[in-house]
Amino acid sequence: MLELNAATIAFFIFSIFLVGGALGVVTSSNLIHGALYLIISLFGGAGFFVLLSAPFMAAVQVLVYIGAIAVLIIFAVMLTRSMTRMTEVYNRQWWLSALAGALLLLMLVVGVILPVWGNGGARPNMPISDIVATTEALGVAFVSGDQYVLPFEVASLLLTGVMIGAIVLARDTES
Amino acid sequence: MDINALLNDPNFLPWLIPVGPLLAFFIISLLTSRSKMTPATSAAYGGHHPDYDGMDVPIVTDRSRVVSIIVGMSGALSAWILSLRVVFEALAVQDFGKNVLASSLDWMDTGLTAFRMGVLVDPLTVIMLIMVPLAVTMIFIYSIGYMANDPRQARFFALISLFAGAMLTLVVADNLLLLFFGWEVMGVCSYLLIGFWFEKKSAYNAAIKAFTTTRVADVIMLLGIAYLFFSTGTLNFRDIMYNPMPGQDMAAHVEETGDHSAETAVAEGGAVVVEGEAAAAEGDHSETAAAEGEYGSEAHVITWAAHLGETPAIFFGGISAAGLIGIFLIIGTIGKSAQFPLHVWLPDAMEGPTPVSAMIHAAAMVSAGVYAVLRMYPVFEAGGHPHDGVFTSPLMLMAVVGSVTALFAATIAVAQNDVKKVLAYSTISQLGFMVAALGIGGFVAAAFHLITHAFFKALLFMASGAVIHGMEHGEHHVHAHGHSHGHDDGHAPAALPQGAGGGPLDPRLELAMDHGHGSADHGGHDAHGHALVTTHAAHDDHAEDHGHAFDPQDMMNMGGLRKTMPVTFITFLIGGMSLAGLPLITAGFWSKDEIIAEAWLGTTKGFGPHALVLICLSLAAFMTAFYTMRQLGLTFWGDNRTEEAAHANLGRGIVSVAMTLPLIILSFFAIVAGFVGVLPDFPILGGIFTPGKVAPFGALVEKALVNPVPHLSFNIIPVLISFTVALGGLFLGWLMYWRKPLTAGQKDPMITILGDSVHTTLKNKYYFDELYIMVFVKPSQWFAKNVSYEFLDKGLIDGFLHLVAAVFTFIGDLLKVLNLWLIDGVSDGIPTLIARSGKWFRGTQTGRIQQYMLFVLIAALVIGVIFAVTTGVLQAAP
Amino acid sequence: MVPLWMYLIVAAIVFCIGVYGVLSRRNAVAILMSVELMLSSVNINLIAFWRYTAPENMAGQVFAAFVFVIAAAEAAVGLAIIISIYRNRRSVIVEDVNLLRG
Repeated sequence: MLELNAATIAFFIFSIFLVGGALGVVTSSNLIHGALYLIISLFGGAGFFVLLSAPFMAAVQVLVYIGAIAVLIIFAVMLTRSMTRMTEVYNRQWWLSALAGALLLLMLVVGVILPVWGNGGARPNMPISDIVATTEALGVAFVSGDQYVLPFEVASLLLTGVMIGAIVLARDTES
Repeated sequence: MDINALLNDPNFLPWLIPVGPLLAFFIISLLTSRSKMTPATSAAYGGHHPDYDGMDVPIVTDRSRVVSIIVGMSGALSAWILSLRVVFEALAVQDFGKNVLASSLDWMDTGLTAFRMGVLVDPLTVIMLIMVPLAVTMIFIYSIGYMANDPRQARFFALISLFAGAMLTLVVADNLLLLFFGWEVMGVCSYLLIGFWFEKKSAYNAAIKAFTTTRVADVIMLLGIAYLFFSTGTLNFRDIMYNPMPGQDMAAHVEETGDHSAETAVAEGGAVVVEGEAAAAEGDHSETAAAEGEYGSEAHVITWAAHLGETPAIFFGGISAAGLIGIFLIIGTIGKSAQFPLHVWLPDAMEGPTPVSAMIHAAAMVSAGVYAVLRMYPVFEAGGHPHDGVFTSPLMLMAVVGSVTALFAATIAVAQNDVKKVLAYSTISQLGFMVAALGIGGFVAAAFHLITHAFFKALLFMASGAVIHGMEHGEHHVHAHGHSHGHDDGHAPAALPQGAGGGPLDPRLELAMDHGHGSADHGGHDAHGHALVTTHAAHDDHAEDHGHAFDPQDMMNMGGLRKTMPVTFITFLIGGMSLAGLPLITAGFWSKDEIIAEAWLGTTKGFGPHALVLICLSLAAFMTAFYTMRQLGLTFWGDNRTEEAAHANLGRGIVSVAMTLPLIILSFFAIVAGFVGVLPDFPILGGIFTPGKVAPFGALVEKALVNPVPHLSFNIIPVLISFTVALGGLFLGWLMYWRKPLTAGQKDPMITILGDSVHTTLKNKYYFDELYIMVFVKPSQWFAKNVSYEFLDKGLIDGFLHLVAAVFTFIGDLLKVLNLWLIDGVSDGIPTLIARSGKWFRGTQTGRIQQYMLFVLIAALVIGVIFAVTTGVLQAAP
Repeated sequence: MVPLWMYLIVAAIVFCIGVYGVLSRRNAVAILMSVELMLSSVNINLIAFWRYTAPENMAGQVFAAFVFVIAAAEAAVGLAIIISIYRNRRSVIVEDVNLLRG
């Protein structure tokens, strides 16, 4: 079943990062701490990407998610510090949300994942092949006319729009 | 239908006799009685009733007066002429009595058969048809004068026409039911006419008294009629009393007479049915089913009446069916003919106008009672034979009641001071004579006395009306000349010439002024007859006070009227003598003598009832003669006792002629009518007047009966008795009232003779009225007020209605609450519900996005679970 | 290698934690961070599936790359909005933003 080799141990370590980071995000009252926990979680995700033979994704994760988004979040936290810092962490419906979330997890795991990919499930759990496409192939896919160049361009437009929008939204109105 | 043939058919003519007066009633009622509204204080209204002062009252227009007079007289004359024609036709019928004039038609289908109504003219009808229309016509003529200034004259003529029509219907009826119809209609008319001056309380009280008293008797009579019908299945007179019962042996008859037509007639039920055309074609008269054997033989026909005399009555085992029926029918006569104890209505009926009194108490109503008994005599006699001393219960009843009444009423009459009251009690007494005569089997004698009595009593009443009229004239004269009162009272102006010269004035205007005091005055005065008995100082109903009450009917106020009213005096004298039975020359003598002769005959044979009748009737005849002489003496002889009497007269003009002419005609009959009944073996006179074996009257009347009646033969003793009582009474009266006539203010010698207490008792009619009030009237009034009104009407019926109303009100309130609660609740509740639920739903819109997202997640989870369960994905897991 | 379902379970766990965070945190920025967690877990799912079922086809990675793009764009705009709200209301508690309240 599960061989105890470096990959498995790395898996577990990274999963700890993921889950622990996630828990920390959700429960921290100090938002800076929360952002840092987010970074840890995302880092765990990057590790997963490495294990899954997607080094480009791992790099992008670290660069974009952690480097840009998480930092942006830290900036936002710093910009939106309220005077009273004794506000509660959770809102009124936290227990119901927890319940719902747990149920969702239960459903996903028991209803979907385990029946299909668990023991005795219909789908295989092991990779089909070990021949993995390279990063070069990914780059080609982005710009190749018969592959994904259109979504690529649209994505760039989107980002332009987002930039403009963010600037418009967040600019100083009394100028 | 050929009218000529119909009118020539003597069977059909009797139908037309009552038609004239009845038609007159309808025409007068519908066409006339137009009236002008005039103030009640006007002269035309006369007796100003205080209740009507200040109001307008209807007074009939002159045109209506004329129309009513013409139509009324036409009706009466037509009845008279037709009756005479029918009488002649009837007397010309061969073997009249066995063969009669009859005509009938199917009146009511009763299954297989039909009840027939029709007319019958047999000997009894004939004598009534001679008397009744004559008397009625005389009364009509008299009324023209008497009611000339009455404000409601047209109504009066309508009512007496109806009265006459009813009486004639009764006379020509061929069955007991039609007779009863006439009987009842006359009862209604008596009520309407006695209460003609209904403003006067005593008048309408008297009307009610008359009607209810006779009604009591009529109900019992109806029971008798019903029982008769129940027993025999028919009410036809001939079928019950003359024809043999159905099922009698006809073979013997056919053999004897060879007459088959009667057989078929009997087979049809024995009713006499002849169509007018058939009779006219045959030119002969209808026949009835012949009696078995020749008339006059000893064979007795078994009629229904005879049969009923043998069968026992239901419920009362002791007497026969005929006896029970007879008693009931006699009770009817006791009421109608005012016998003891139902006599109380007749004196009070003097409240009506005098023509009404004449009609009711002489010609019509009381005669109807005796006529009914005469008609049904075979039923009363059935099972008995009074001439042999075998009496049935009805006959006993009649003998006793008749004799008691005769004596009882005569004793009251001697103490009365009102001229009409004396005559009223005299009528009761004479009817007692007739009923008693029938009780002892004197069929012919009773019929004879009925006819003669009608003549002289009608004469006496009308003459007394003339006297009263004259006295009122005198009263006017006294007032007009301001004598002793010094006030003028809207009557005739002061300087009006009285009586002596009619002057250039239009007679009618003169009458109007003379009578300005009004014929309603008569209402005031006639009616005082009743009031007078209770208190001598009777108070008129005039608005003006006379200072002292003058009663023009009080004989004590009269005296010496022979000087100013000679014609009235002579006719009154003739009538009075006839009533008293002045021997030989008056009709009353002959009829009374025959009754006494019948009684004597039975007494010699030792029969008790005959003796009773003899004694009572002799005493009554004696007293009759006495009080008649007393009345004549007080009224006409001597000197005027009051100023009014001095000026009493009838005046000149149509009124006096209209009032005196009938008197003259009737006095002729009051003398002559007796000579048809003279016994053949009466010394001298018998040979003159009665050629045959039987007196003409008796010969005619006895043919009405199917069984032969024994003939009276002359006996000197009853004649002597009649002579003695009549002359003795007249002599006594002459002694007390003529030799030394009473002067003004002198007390009646009767009071000293009889003693104060006895006289007062007689004057107060033995206090019978008071007794009846205590025994019958007051309890009825108590019952009517407390039980019918309070308990039944207000308590039960109103209570029930209130209950129903309360229930429905309650239901209404309930529905209201239901409505409010349910319907309003629903219709208000739905919007409220919607509003509230809307408000509640609005609560979900908190504006908090995380909440929305949570709901989305929960929804997704739910859908996922459902999806998992339904597609069995969950089940697929190991 | 680790069986696929383990990757999936970890991703599911992180996703559900992210869901919990979105629904229950009061601070808007914290909500945004939880959203990033969710997107990250989705990425993990995608790459895991790519690796285990179609490693030579680039579609999986391309998809994940685009998810990155979207996540970044969304974070930028979201934060811009949060800053704008903060300027108006001096608060980033999402519960206070209830103008849609009915």
